[in-house]
Amino acid sequence: MEAAPALVFEGVSKRFAAGGRVVEALDGVDVRIQPGKVTGLIGPDGAGKTTLMRLAAGLLMPDRGAIRVLDIDVVREPLRVQSSVGYMPQRFGLYEDLSVQENLDLYADLQGVPPADRPARYRELMHMTGLAPFTRRLAGRLSGGMKQKLGLACTLVRPPRLLLLDEPTVGVDPVSRRELWAIVYRQVRDQGMSVLLSTAYLDEAERCDEVVLMHAGHSLGQGTPASFSEPMRGRSFHVNAPSLGKRKLSTRLGRVPGIIDSIIEGEQVRVVTAETGLPDLAAALPDVPDLTAEAAEPVFEDAFIARLKTREEGVAGTATTLVSHQVAESAAGEAVIEVHELERRFGDFVAVKGVSFQVRRGEIFGLLGANGAGKTTTFRMLCGLLPVSAGEVRVAGLDLRRAAARARGRLGYMAQRFSLYVDLTVMQNLRFFASAYGLDRKRARQRIGWALEAFELADYVDTNAADLPLGFKQRLAMAAALMHEPDILFLDEPTSGVDPLARREFWQRINALAAAGVTVLVTTHFMDEANYCDRLVIMAQGEILAEDTPAGMKARFRSEEHPDPTMEDAFIGLIEAHERQGEAAA
Amino acid sequence: MNAMAAKRMRLRGMIRKESLQILRDPSSIAIAFVMPVVLLLLFGYGVSLDARHVPLAMVVEQPDATSASLIGAFQRSEFFDPRPYASIQAAQQAFDLREVFGIVWLRNDFSRRLLSSGEAPIGVIVNGVDANQARITEGYIQGVWQAWLASYAREQGVELKIPVRLEPRIWFNAAVRSRDFLVPGLIAVIMTLIGAMLTSMVVAREWERGTMEALMVTPIRIGELVIGKLVPYFVLGMGGMLLSVAMALWQFDVPLRGSFWALSAASALFMLVALGMGLLISVVAKNQFVAGQVSIVITFLPAFILSGFIFEISSMPEPIRVITHLVPARYFVAILQTLFLAGDIWPIVLANCGALAIMALIFLGLARRKTHKRLDA
Repeated sequence: MEAAPALVFEGVSKRFAAGGRVVEALDGVDVRIQPGKVTGLIGPDGAGKTTLMRLAAGLLMPDRGAIRVLDIDVVREPLRVQSSVGYMPQRFGLYEDLSVQENLDLYADLQGVPPADRPARYRELMHMTGLAPFTRRLAGRLSGGMKQKLGLACTLVRPPRLLLLDEPTVGVDPVSRRELWAIVYRQVRDQGMSVLLSTAYLDEAERCDEVVLMHAGHSLGQGTPASFSEPMRGRSFHVNAPSLGKRKLSTRLGRVPGIIDSIIEGEQVRVVTAETGLPDLAAALPDVPDLTAEAAEPVFEDAFIARLKTREEGVAGTATTLVSHQVAESAAGEAVIEVHELERRFGDFVAVKGVSFQVRRGEIFGLLGANGAGKTTTFRMLCGLLPVSAGEVRVAGLDLRRAAARARGRLGYMAQRFSLYVDLTVMQNLRFFASAYGLDRKRARQRIGWALEAFELADYVDTNAADLPLGFKQRLAMAAALMHEPDILFLDEPTSGVDPLARREFWQRINALAAAGVTVLVTTHFMDEANYCDRLVIMAQGEILAEDTPAGMKARFRSEEHPDPTMEDAFIGLIEAHERQGEAAA
Repeated sequence: MNAMAAKRMRLRGMIRKESLQILRDPSSIAIAFVMPVVLLLLFGYGVSLDARHVPLAMVVEQPDATSASLIGAFQRSEFFDPRPYASIQAAQQAFDLREVFGIVWLRNDFSRRLLSSGEAPIGVIVNGVDANQARITEGYIQGVWQAWLASYAREQGVELKIPVRLEPRIWFNAAVRSRDFLVPGLIAVIMTLIGAMLTSMVVAREWERGTMEALMVTPIRIGELVIGKLVPYFVLGMGGMLLSVAMALWQFDVPLRGSFWALSAASALFMLVALGMGLLISVVAKNQFVAGQVSIVITFLPAFILSGFIFEISSMPEPIRVITHLVPARYFVAILQTLFLAGDIWPIVLANCGALAIMALIFLGLARRKTHKRLDA
């Protein structure tokens, strides 16, 4: 006999009125979550994941359909449900002005944990999360990963029978992500807890027992990760062509009929085909002699893309019109960004120290690191937004200390979270940025026309930026940064929170720009995105730990048990080595 | 564990958390303790409805002993700061430049007519731009003039033909110090601001930082959430109240003629009304900026203008007088002015307390009903 499901959605619909339009957040969704398992809720931005979570937590009432949580009707008895589940919202509400211990005490009081049981439970949670040394620290002073772990600990202070986690790993560094997953699985193993977890990271789907795939308010399917990826066998391939380079190869393969996805994975290109079997690549790319292809082990992401691509035809097809300007040709390999012994202090706190690197024209250069590693501070100094405390910065041959304004005219900057005017429409935003960069009327009109076309924003000209889907916000922000045809582009966490489809489009555009000679400097905490870079540095605590090509970086950590290390392995390896060094020094 | 114990534990947790946040957040301490001090000092010293040391031009066309005696009477009065001018033209110029507020003009036949007919009217010009100040100044000039005339007549042994003599007696505020009635009224205004602003902003903060969403999916009941918020801010607000009363008594020498206990009880009642308004605002406004603005516009401004704290309610037009009944501060101002200046006049105190109690019930009840453990309601 099968155990009663932990959570049942039957024909659930929920709509919202937003800005005069009615959005169907969920449309007739049926989901059954098995007890004692980790179920992943996976889907692109705006698929309805958060709405589903909130409905399950009794924070929203469905317009139609029935929801039963732990065999309780949520619509009738929301309070009983709220007393039996643990829920961690996307931005977990930690009280930042309370200490770690005080946050725990509050939730223990609210959850009615008997005082006698507390010391043991606290000890266990602190041990699991590694927060034991920080119990007296204010929650606001914790790093992003530690905050997330504390949030989870607060939710688990009285072990709930069903744990609802809304994107718990977003913006969290890889080390903390691994730890979060370990904690979740421990709960399932020790307490028999049922877990529903939403995520935007597709690689995390493989860690779930079961996966619910969501898209545009519908559930597209439910099953084990393998049940999604197995039908893809024979449709996933690795393609190699050293003479062409992985970026160009990826762009060209993307245009081959029958290929629905082509992304850089490690040092090769991963290709997903519409039907079983690879199209005749030799015929499609006759000028590439060293082209080799082999079948690849299918993963969940292949299935995800295959399912969504057939639904959204034409997504990400137009990187070609992107570059209207060809950057002035100059000596190849000339350094356009030179950073030497850069340092930035905020009072006693050294945010960036001894950072040196050079970026050559047409390169994609990555700054990789966890939140708080000093990436954004470095970036702001490079853009002349933040004065340097010590060291030298030259951008496009100009010393930022003396000619910051002139240097800024040569570069485009896309800030974290996109810094758009959310109360202005797409058109008004573009007009504003055109005038801010001092384009004359004729050129402004021309560039706005280009932006609407190249970024496929024409359908949204009169939509307020606030109401755009995240992927479109990102497009608009990038269009704004390119308004004045800069030859250097700075992108700070451009893909944070953006779903996989939008991320693919974004990298296609970046590839096209780099191919046209635009120099791109990008920060990211997505480890797999680092593979798109020509070279990268890995930062931690304001310092550069290593500088290398992606292949070189990974090769450093090749070992017996890791014959083919990923960027994440390399990153974690470097951080651990750095910490050992720090301990040895102390 | 039984339900009561769990309830008590949740409530205690909320109150402790809220108290810790108050202690760590300088802005709530500032609103509760620094703002009353600043406002009291500003209004206590800055705003005065009395005419004191009013600059007055004295034009004496033919100085002699009689006119000197009159000028002396003006000089002795603490209400005036008389300044001699040689001619009416010079005095008028000073008047136009606002160097003096009024002119007292003794023509060259002043002494002669005074002696012959027993009356020699003086010319008085007062700047009417500030009508209130003009009326007060005019009255004071008349007072000085009549007092001087009476004593002059006694000296000369002349019987003056003034049929009725007015002997004014002012009760409750014999010195007619406007501060004595401004400061108690001001306390009501400050309490409105503290109560409404503190609560509206702290609840909005929970929404803004996303802590509310996590809080809602716990066993906590709405009533516990509301009480957990009210108790610490009630204590904080009463602290601010105590500070304001202390300043009124010892900094501004305002007498407290009623009982301290009546004052405390009425203040506690009013604090509940103000906190209730704040909670209600926070249900609507889910970010701190909006909550702050709304609480200023719908609680502070009416309390300032329509409570009778500065502007006398009985002299307002009928429709506005009706509206003032909706302003809780109105009742509290009446209570405070009575308790401070007149004493325990129970009919007034109790009637106004009754009105406050009704308002507290309405606001807190509405806040309780409008708060849901849901995001779409």
